[in-house]
Amino acid sequence: MSRLSQRFADLKAQNRAALVVFTSAGDPGLETSQAILNGLPKAGADIIELGMPFTDAMADGPAIQQASKRALEAGMTLKGVLGMVETFRKQDAKTPIVLMGYYNPVYIYGPERFAQDAAKAGVDGMIIVDLPPEEADELLVPLSRSGIDFIFLTAPTTDEARLPVVLTKASGFVYYVSITGITGTVSASEEAIEQAVRRIRSFTPLPVAVGFGIRTPEQAAAVARHADAAVVGSAVVEKVARGDAALVHAFVAELAKGVRTARQ
Amino acid sequence: MADPIKNSLRSGPDASGHFGIFGGRFVAETLMPLILSVEKAYGEARNDPSFTAELSNLLTHYVGRPSPLYHASRLSAHWGGAKIYLKREDLNHTGAHKINNCMGQILLAKRMGKKRIIAETGAGQHGVATATACALMGLDCCIFMGCTDIERQAPNVYRMKLLGAEVRPVTAGAGTLKDAMNEALRDWVARVDDTYYLIGTVAGPHPYPAMVRDFQCVIGDETRAQMLAQEGRLPDSLVACIGGGSNAMGLFHPFLDETSVAIYGVEAAGHGLDKLHAASLAGGRPGVLHGNRTYLLMNDDGQIEEGHSISAGLDYPGIGPEHSWLKENGRVTYVSATDEEALDAFGLVTRLEGIIPALESAHAFAYAQRLAPSLAKDHLMVVNLSGRGDKDIATVAKFRGEGGVS
Repeated sequence: MSRLSQRFADLKAQNRAALVVFTSAGDPGLETSQAILNGLPKAGADIIELGMPFTDAMADGPAIQQASKRALEAGMTLKGVLGMVETFRKQDAKTPIVLMGYYNPVYIYGPERFAQDAAKAGVDGMIIVDLPPEEADELLVPLSRSGIDFIFLTAPTTDEARLPVVLTKASGFVYYVSITGITGTVSASEEAIEQAVRRIRSFTPLPVAVGFGIRTPEQAAAVARHADAAVVGSAVVEKVARGDAALVHAFVAELAKGVRTARQ
Repeated sequence: MADPIKNSLRSGPDASGHFGIFGGRFVAETLMPLILSVEKAYGEARNDPSFTAELSNLLTHYVGRPSPLYHASRLSAHWGGAKIYLKREDLNHTGAHKINNCMGQILLAKRMGKKRIIAETGAGQHGVATATACALMGLDCCIFMGCTDIERQAPNVYRMKLLGAEVRPVTAGAGTLKDAMNEALRDWVARVDDTYYLIGTVAGPHPYPAMVRDFQCVIGDETRAQMLAQEGRLPDSLVACIGGGSNAMGLFHPFLDETSVAIYGVEAAGHGLDKLHAASLAGGRPGVLHGNRTYLLMNDDGQIEEGHSISAGLDYPGIGPEHSWLKENGRVTYVSATDEEALDAFGLVTRLEGIIPALESAHAFAYAQRLAPSLAKDHLMVVNLSGRGDKDIATVAKFRGEGGVS
């Protein structure tokens, strides 16, 4: 069983959702970023989404754009991202890591080589924002050969005719983008999220994670009541920007408390 | 439109929007349904006689088409070789070729029931054309423009505002066209229901590269008919500047299957190809940005680099995917001209022909200047004069260290 499946199975047994925490690799500097990453499981992150910085983060709001910029200025590269995962794996064999980013750096690295190197480093899944199912095969095929899940995004605009197109190729989990918009801006209502999760579940047995616009422990808890995972990105990244790993971990602990008590 | 004949270079893209490995639809899922609906609506519109009739009527009576194909005798004599013809897109309403595409897409947006139009702009020509089309149709208009470009294209910024558009400054990155396009895409994701993104060049996700090309092909179609009328035969060569590449594609495409016609696309070499430039084909490699796979300027880690050109309209690190494909199959010869060469040609055309060309178009003249002198006097060369240069006079004055322009 993959780390992702194992983690979702364990949490299901505990009747709680996963807290997925996003941080951009290399942000705000190489060493602090590694320290932040290494401390996330202890702080309460169940799954880690590690951002691969890109110059042109088209689906991201200002917080994650700035995070990408800081990481690139600190010298982060795609090879460096894999290096961070490798280092993390020396101390943690269980927490799944999903890389999130845009296609160009991976395309330039070479999809085949990337899939092999990522598997070796201990990566469990990939989210590539600008690879819809229509274009995904060139990366999806090498990734699945390497045992890495390709996690597709669905959005409020993904209607019932299109959902099966997206979901037939999905593995690991499904990431529901809860708003039509960029990261870290507006938030969806709990009711809208509940409906959307129910709709997606009618098409797939995969766990459903909800992200975009979740900023507080209360919002994370509201999502965790309905979905299999709540993803927090921009709000964490705003803490990361301050350069203090302990501060980030304290915030993650609050989020985790929200998620863990949501269904009680 | 593309001929369905076998082995035609005009039949692309394929059903999924690819020109060979180039093109495609590399967008976030939130936009995907929207882009599919644009494709569907465009497919229906182009086969609807009432749509094509309305477009043709606007092009004739509002834009002022056909634009003249003008024999530049003084320029021809000066270079002492080829017989130079200028395709006068500068004489279109709003002063550039951009309006051709805007007329087509605004009709499509209306047909789709959209109330708000967004667009990116570099030099401001596409922004002005979009704002104009929106004023004409009574639609809301928001133009994304990089801060650097707002500064160097001030007259166009004010023009857009006069036309009722909101001009949204983009501070991200270097504040040029690439950043404006990112911001327009972000806006579109947040306003999918009421907003139509009117892309100004032959780039972006399918169907934009093909659709914008189709709307710009009026340039080449007219050139063909005009040259046959004036000279009784096809031109021997075509020269056009390329940023994203819409004026060039519009001129080139109707001639792609005419093997006797040599075709030259001129990229912006900025300070020089070994320094800061915007020549994606000469100095870049295939990658994925802004919804399509195409040649891009980037570093070894796949991070996009900023383009540089004195011309804001060419200052883009990418190029339309069909151009990438035409480079790889060798049909079009892609070359480049530096800032300095373009400025030089700008002065020459202004003084010899009494036509102030846009700095973008001046790149085409710069290459024509290299090519023309060694060609025979009966060689018919068409240079696409894609826009007029009024917007650039402050830039030129600054470069020459001359006053007189605030």
